[in-house]
Amino acid sequence: MAKVVAVTGNEACANALRQVNPDVCGIYPITPQTDMMQRFASFIADGKVDTEPILVESEHSSMSACIGASAAGGRVVTATSSQGLALMWEMLHIASGDRLPIIMPLVNRALSAPLNIHGDHSDGMGARDTGWIQLWSENAQEAYDNTIQAFRIGEHMDIRLPVMICLDGFIISHSIERMEYLEDDEVKNFVGEFKNMYPLLDLDKPKSYGPLILTDLYHEYKRAQHEVMLKVKDVVLGVAKDFEKLSGRKYGLFESYRLEDADIALVIVNSAAGTSKDVIDEFRSKGIKAGLLKPRLFRPFPYDEVAEALKNTKAVCVMDRADSFGGYGPLFMEISSALYQLKERPLMINKIYGLGGRDYLPSHAELVLNELNEIAQNGKIRTIKEYIGVRE
Amino acid sequence: MATALTLKELSKKEDLLTHGHRMCSGCGAPTVVKMVLLATEFPVIAANATGCLEVSTCISEYTAWKIPWIHTAFENAAATLSGVETMYRSLKKQGKIDKEVKFIAFGGDGGTYDIGFQSLSGAMERGHDMTYVCYDNGAYMNTGIQRSSATPLGADTTTCPAGSVIPGKLRARKNLTKIMAAHNIPYAAQASPSHWMDLMKKVQKAHSYEGPKFLNIIAPCNRGWRSKTNDSIALSRLAVSTCYWPLYEIENGVTKITSTPKEKVPVAEFMKPQGRFKHVFEPGNEWLLTRIQEEVDAEWEKLKHAEKCGC
Repeated sequence: MAKVVAVTGNEACANALRQVNPDVCGIYPITPQTDMMQRFASFIADGKVDTEPILVESEHSSMSACIGASAAGGRVVTATSSQGLALMWEMLHIASGDRLPIIMPLVNRALSAPLNIHGDHSDGMGARDTGWIQLWSENAQEAYDNTIQAFRIGEHMDIRLPVMICLDGFIISHSIERMEYLEDDEVKNFVGEFKNMYPLLDLDKPKSYGPLILTDLYHEYKRAQHEVMLKVKDVVLGVAKDFEKLSGRKYGLFESYRLEDADIALVIVNSAAGTSKDVIDEFRSKGIKAGLLKPRLFRPFPYDEVAEALKNTKAVCVMDRADSFGGYGPLFMEISSALYQLKERPLMINKIYGLGGRDYLPSHAELVLNELNEIAQNGKIRTIKEYIGVRE
Repeated sequence: MATALTLKELSKKEDLLTHGHRMCSGCGAPTVVKMVLLATEFPVIAANATGCLEVSTCISEYTAWKIPWIHTAFENAAATLSGVETMYRSLKKQGKIDKEVKFIAFGGDGGTYDIGFQSLSGAMERGHDMTYVCYDNGAYMNTGIQRSSATPLGADTTTCPAGSVIPGKLRARKNLTKIMAAHNIPYAAQASPSHWMDLMKKVQKAHSYEGPKFLNIIAPCNRGWRSKTNDSIALSRLAVSTCYWPLYEIENGVTKITSTPKEKVPVAEFMKPQGRFKHVFEPGNEWLLTRIQEEVDAEWEKLKHAEKCGC
C-alpha cells in the first residue's frame, strides 16, 4: 500500500536510497544536495540500512571511492550538485568507461563564476558526454520514482552503466510536496539482489581494472560504450512498465502533454515543466492548440521518438535552463538534431530561462507561447536564441 | 604466520607481478613491488595511481598482475582503494565474505606527494585498513622527468633544468614520511630495495597493524637519474649510506632508525654517478653541493634526535 506523505525532494531521494539499502555510499556536502546525504547518514547512524559510508574529503575522492567500491562488487550510491559534479568530472568518465552501475542523484545547481547556489541545469547538461545515463525529474515524486528505477536500469546485465537522477536544486530539493512512497518491501523486491560482474573481491579469479589502451583498441572500446547506450531505451521502458504495475505511475522516455494535436509546443525539462503545463491549459481553453514535451531520458537521447512526437507541430520552443555560450542551449541542440531528420519540420526557437535560480513564471510561458503562435501563423522567426526574464 | 624472510623460503613463493611487464630495464619500481608482494602473506588487492608502473603493467588485453588490481586515475589511488576496502568491510559485516584480505596502493612520487596528496591524506585520516606504498624516484618520470615535490635539491629535470643562471631545483624535498606519520597512523616507514630484508620486515610490520599504513620506498629511475641500468641497487644503497634516504620507521609515534650506516658517506658519492647532478660538480656550483650536504646532515640529525627523544 502506498503511503501519502508531504516531503522535500531531498527527503524523497534519501528515502528511496534507504529502501534500496546499498552496500556503500560516498558522502560529501554541497548545497543543495547536502541535506539528502545527511538524512541518509542518519539512517546509517540509526541502523536502518547496512550501508558502509565513506566520508570523503572531496567529490573527486567520493567518485573515486565509489568506483573502487563498485569494482570491488556491490551496490554503490552517492549524490552531488554543481561544483561537486564539476570536480568529479574526470571520474565520471571512468565510472562509465569501467561499466560500473553507480547511482547518483544530482541536485541541479548553477556553476561558478559567479558563485550561485540555486537551481539551474548547467551541471547536469555539462555532464552530457560523460557516458552516464541521465534521468530528469519534474518533482519529488518523479525524483523518488526515477531513483528507484535507476537501480534496475543501471544494474541490468545488458547495460551496467552509472545513472544520474536530476532534480532541481531548492525548487524541488527543498520544497515540500505531496507524494506517495512505496512500501519498503515493494522497493526491495522491485530492485532485487545486486548481481556482481567481475568483482575485484572474487579473489580466486583476479581481474585487472583500468588498463592502458592506445590506438589498437581504444576506438573499439568506445564504440562498445556507444552500442550499450543504444540498448538503454528498451530497458528504461521495460523497467517503467514493471514500475507502473507496482505504483500505478506511468513513465516513458519523455512525457507528452496535450501534444497529440498541438500546433505549437514547448520542450522543457524538470520543475519548470509543471508551471508550463498550467499555462498550456490556459491556452487550450482559449482554443490555441498548445502542447508540451518534457524529456526524461536525456542520455541516451531518444531522437526518433522525440521527432515522432513533435512532427505535426508548426512551431516549437526549446526552453534551456543552461547555456552553451556562443552556441544554442544544450536541449535545443538535441531537439533540433532530432527534428532535422524529418522531411517537414516545425520552426524552432530557443529560450534561455531561470539561470542561477531566477524564477520561471507563468508569464514567461505565456510570452513564449504567444510568440510561438505568431510564428506558427506567419512562418517568421524573429530571433532563434534569446534570454528571457532578464533584467535590462 | 608470516613467511620467514629467508632467500630459501622466499624463492618458493610466486611472483605476483609477472615477467613480461614493460617497465624499463633497471627500473627500481617493479623490484619494489615484487618485494612488497613477496612479503605479503594474505590475499591482496592492489590499486595503482597512473604512472610508469601502471602504464607498463596492464596494457590492452594483457596484465602482469596476478592479483585483483585497479587503476582509475592519477591523483586518487588512496581514494579508489578506500572504496574497495569499504565494500569489503560492508560485505564482511553482512556475512557475504569471510576471508582476511589486505589492501595495498602503489603510487609514484608525483601521484603521492603532489597530485594525490589530498586523496592520500583523506584516506589515512579516515582510517581505512590499507598500506600505501610510494615508489619514490624523485620526479614525474612517466611524462619525461618533470620536477615533483620529491625531486631532490639541485637535481636537473625538464621543468627545473640546470641552466646557465638557475642550477636545477632550488627547493629541498617535501618530507612526506613525516607528514604521513603526523596523521597518527600506526605505522610509517622509509625503505630501500638495497636493504631487502629491512624492506620486507617493514611490509610485514605494516600488515600486522589494522588501519592506514604508509611506506615510502626509494626506486631509482635510470632514465631520470641518468645513471647506468645496472646501478639501481647500488644507487639505492648509496642513498642509504649517505643518509640521503635514511631507513627508519615511526611505529605508534615512536621513531626508530632501522639501519645506521657504519660510516656516513658524503652525499656527493650518491650524486656523482647520476647525470641529473652533473652540473653540481661544475666550477661555480660548489655552494650548491655544500647546501645539499648541509640539508642531508640536518635531516639526519633531526631524525637521530627524534629517535633519541622517543618522539
